[in-house]
Amino acid sequence: MLRSIINRLLGMIVVMAIVVTIVFVIVRVTPGDPAAVMLGPEATAADIAALRTKLGLDGSILEQFGHYVLGVVQGDFGQSIFLNQPVTEALAQRAEPTFFLTIFSLLIATVIALPVGILSAYWRGSIFDQAATTVAMFAASVPSFWLGLLLMQFFAVKLGWFNTSGYGGPGASLSERLNHLVLPALALGLVSSALITRFTRASMLDVLNDDYVRTARSKGMSEWRVVLKHAFKNALIPILTVLGLTAALLISGAVVTETVFGLPGVGNLVVSAVLRRDYPVIQGALLVIAGLYVLVNFGIDMLYLLVDPRVRY
Amino acid sequence: MAAISTPLQSEPGLLSRLITRRTSLLGLIVLAIVALAAILAPVIAPYAPTKLSIANRLHAPSLQFLFGTDDLGRDVFTRMLYAARVSLSVGFAVVVLASVIGIVLGLTSGFFRKADAPVSRVIDAMMAFPDILLAIALVAALGASATNVVIALGIVYAPRLARVVRASTLVIRELPYVEAARALGVPTPVILVRHVLRNVTSPLLVQGTFIFANAILAEAGLSFLGVGISPDIPTWGTMISVGRQYMDQAPWIMMIPGGAIVITVLSLQLVGDGLRDLLDPRLAKDI
Repeated sequence: MLRSIINRLLGMIVVMAIVVTIVFVIVRVTPGDPAAVMLGPEATAADIAALRTKLGLDGSILEQFGHYVLGVVQGDFGQSIFLNQPVTEALAQRAEPTFFLTIFSLLIATVIALPVGILSAYWRGSIFDQAATTVAMFAASVPSFWLGLLLMQFFAVKLGWFNTSGYGGPGASLSERLNHLVLPALALGLVSSALITRFTRASMLDVLNDDYVRTARSKGMSEWRVVLKHAFKNALIPILTVLGLTAALLISGAVVTETVFGLPGVGNLVVSAVLRRDYPVIQGALLVIAGLYVLVNFGIDMLYLLVDPRVRY
Repeated sequence: MAAISTPLQSEPGLLSRLITRRTSLLGLIVLAIVALAAILAPVIAPYAPTKLSIANRLHAPSLQFLFGTDDLGRDVFTRMLYAARVSLSVGFAVVVLASVIGIVLGLTSGFFRKADAPVSRVIDAMMAFPDILLAIALVAALGASATNVVIALGIVYAPRLARVVRASTLVIRELPYVEAARALGVPTPVILVRHVLRNVTSPLLVQGTFIFANAILAEAGLSFLGVGISPDIPTWGTMISVGRQYMDQAPWIMMIPGGAIVITVLSLQLVGDGLRDLLDPRLAKDI
């Protein structure tokens, strides 16, 4: 077990090193001088030179890379050009809405998808199964931002049940914050539930006909005990994998959904950074989100070790 | 010659098997209609896509304007047709680019043992970035244009195809006919193209269809955010972005392009599901 954890940890470090390299390279593929691009056509040569120095673009590419890696290792992602604050600070200030949006969406997606996927597999070929499969495929085809706009129009504008946008003021209560999060989380959760439903159904179908399930039935166990205790537990590994993948999908969806609902999260920050060509913010956000994804998947791999003792890395 | 004639012979078989499935047939018909509408846009469209008519702004759907008009009096039906051209061609170009990169990476990593670990780690690292986020960053770096959106999304989706190609290559590499070809001294590039690549086309085709669907969704997302294709060019994403400001007065401006995205992506998924069941039953697993 310890060996598996160490192996997986080493793999994670290598992947993170490559992630840092990719993030560094992305800004370097900008045609022309990144400092000139960031400052726009009206910048003077002196402004550009000052920004080049500030961003560490003066040295050779290897020096720049060394400088960048050193900063990242120390948790320093540079300075935002337009916000005039450290990137880590800007990201930290906007982490809360994105975190809760992702968690609530995943919760909504899981609460819908697990029972629907299990029942769909159990009643394979039934009207319920066909309806669930069709709805899941339909949900996977809907752009989350469009669904968000429709939900906003109906539940916020027409019915007035929820706030249309924002996250409440600095001293907003918990219930106000939740009110702001319901619709974006619903939009993202519904779209993401499609993938989890399909995987849960497929994983359950795989195990429902296995010998141990038949044995459990022949021992006279109640049907739901067989399904939930024996079959579902064994279908968990692929389901965990897809939950990890969905976390990444949710972050992607959050970028667009936050913009629709004016949530002041990391996604919104990235979009405004792109529009203002604030590269240090884009790089910082990419690094943090990719890092989180790698960590989440590492966590899921560790869960495998707990769920299935046969798993080794 | 044999290498060329075999796929040509098998193609009609695949299509005829695909159309026996009701859902796949429905998907194919809808896709054909959307593609035809996109190709024939200059012929079918009653107006020019950029023709402004302030007198007709926010006109509800009618016989004169089938899908109504937008905030600048432009015909939504006309813009829908032109936007379909952009969405479909961006989606298709992304699949082609992602396939080229994915094939090179997947074959290298699956066939050459020494290259496997480094290339696989690069693929893992690329897949750590959420697709829209990486695409946004790449477009920000390269500059916003249709070509750069294709490049960005091609790079974003290539690792998924690379994984599919690698997995198949690992299996094919060990098969007797590849060993025989090696023993006969057939050069490696020839083995790769003639024996390995030809046998990974099925899973590639299945994944390519799903990537086509994802690329359409992603391009719409980028355009909606205003970080993709220039807002002057009609795309389904930019049309929704404009329409959101008039959701109360003119809901058709955002409803219709959104509906078009759903229908097109759903059709691609139906075709993809059909292809997967036919070509790759191991992957199908009733998903």
